[in-house]
Amino acid sequence: MKPKYLKPIVFLACLIPLGRLGWRALTAGLGANPIQVITWSTGTWTLVFLVVTLSITPARKLTKQYWLIQFRRMFGLFAFFYACLHFTTYVWLDQFFDWHSITKDIAKRPFITVGFTAFVLLIPLAVTSTQASIRRLGKRWQRVHRLIFVSAVLGVIHYIWLVKKDIRRPVIYASILGVLLAYRLIVWSWGRFRASSNAHPASIGRRTIPVE
Amino acid sequence: MLIKKATDIPSAEITPKSFYLNRRKFLLGAGAIAGAALASHKLGQIIVPSSSVLAGTKLDASPSSFSTTEKQTPLNDITHYNNYYEFSTDKYEPADLAKNFNPRPWTIKVEGLVNKPKTFDIDTVLKMHLEDRIYRMRCVEGWSMVIPWVGFPLSTLLGQVEPNSKAKFVEFTSLYDPKRFPGQQRNVLEWPYVEGLRMDEAMHPLTILAVGLYGETLPNQDGAPVRLVVPWKYGFKGIKAIVKIKLVEKEPVSTWTKAGPNEYGFYSNVNPNVDHPRWSQAKERRIGEFFKRPTLMFNGYGDQVASLYTGMDLKKNF
Repeated sequence: MKPKYLKPIVFLACLIPLGRLGWRALTAGLGANPIQVITWSTGTWTLVFLVVTLSITPARKLTKQYWLIQFRRMFGLFAFFYACLHFTTYVWLDQFFDWHSITKDIAKRPFITVGFTAFVLLIPLAVTSTQASIRRLGKRWQRVHRLIFVSAVLGVIHYIWLVKKDIRRPVIYASILGVLLAYRLIVWSWGRFRASSNAHPASIGRRTIPVE
Repeated sequence: MLIKKATDIPSAEITPKSFYLNRRKFLLGAGAIAGAALASHKLGQIIVPSSSVLAGTKLDASPSSFSTTEKQTPLNDITHYNNYYEFSTDKYEPADLAKNFNPRPWTIKVEGLVNKPKTFDIDTVLKMHLEDRIYRMRCVEGWSMVIPWVGFPLSTLLGQVEPNSKAKFVEFTSLYDPKRFPGQQRNVLEWPYVEGLRMDEAMHPLTILAVGLYGETLPNQDGAPVRLVVPWKYGFKGIKAIVKIKLVEKEPVSTWTKAGPNEYGFYSNVNPNVDHPRWSQAKERRIGEFFKRPTLMFNGYGDQVASLYTGMDLKKNF
């Protein structure tokens, strides 16, 4: 089912959006407003990878393809990678290190405030993504990593708020995210329901289905 | 028939951009040339029958002292980065979606509080005395271009219909035709697009109806066959594909004002000190430049237009 070289292939595939952007920049060009294209592209791929990361758990449980778990960290880190590129594009290409203007933007512009928050929340997740951190943090690791939900929701809000009028595309992300969150909610409530209805001695101490 | 075929060929393919630029330099460079240009304008009318003036057709225009000498945005950028929601909300799409749009036949109805209401055929309009107007264009989104429009003062057209004393505002309406404008099949904005100007703004010599750019008739994605250009206001005030101009007593409600009353006001003058509620308007990115440049009050046309707004609170009347 799962060949050995699948991981490097997926890894390289995750770099395609960046490669494509670079290729277009060097060949056909990025159109009239290249900085905007880079900003949009990196932002879009951050959202895509956040959504893909959050799809892993439902996907592996519903399809019983449990090995998918090994890709979750990679996708999460790619979400952070594209978020870094997105933030760098803003700070460097768009604002050109005009820190006064950047801090004003973050404080005053709600869409930048939420976008920046979404980015900052990903930092601890990236830092604690190592095997050692997972061991060290134990149960707390999962609690910390639930921040990804907050980050994804803020990311979608960031997108909705920056669009001038046509919110079709951000609504697509919002809907997918809604489904992924609803799945967790259902699993969680089902687990609680099962736990309470099976409250006979044999099941005491049984853990509810963990929400990932 | 032969001439009609020419509409399928983008003007950029017929004549290289450098040619336009050289022509422009040539025209602007020497004042003495102005007379010659005027003569060729008249000659052009004799040689080219009006019915053949279609997209990509050369227009004869005389230079104008209102033109800026700043570096002009390449034609390819002006025709491939368009906010034209009648075609698409994506700026990169109108270039392709507008390919088969046929801006003929076309009439512009001028009515309302006027003594002589009149319907103008586009070919009559194209016979007006045309000028090259190289204007800065500042989009409300924070980018800008320098566009060599070809057009004539709106006041010339309004003069012909004789607005009466009750006329206080001018209301413009775009074509409504969802079959030709795929973007109108969705209610992303309230169709048709409507814009408005105060009478003194409409009569201002900087305010033009544009029928061309880079010396040729307007490409479809830039608002063919006729659009409004008000260079001291944000770009969305420049309503495209105009079919109706109505002189009215009450302030018209613009389409974007309807869409977001707290974000897009009636005046929408370019103003670096009044931010859009969601983003700053202090700076802009000139298309083709890396660094942002400061946005100028009234887009740099303050000397000509600031007096229109004396005593007005521009934060309130944004």
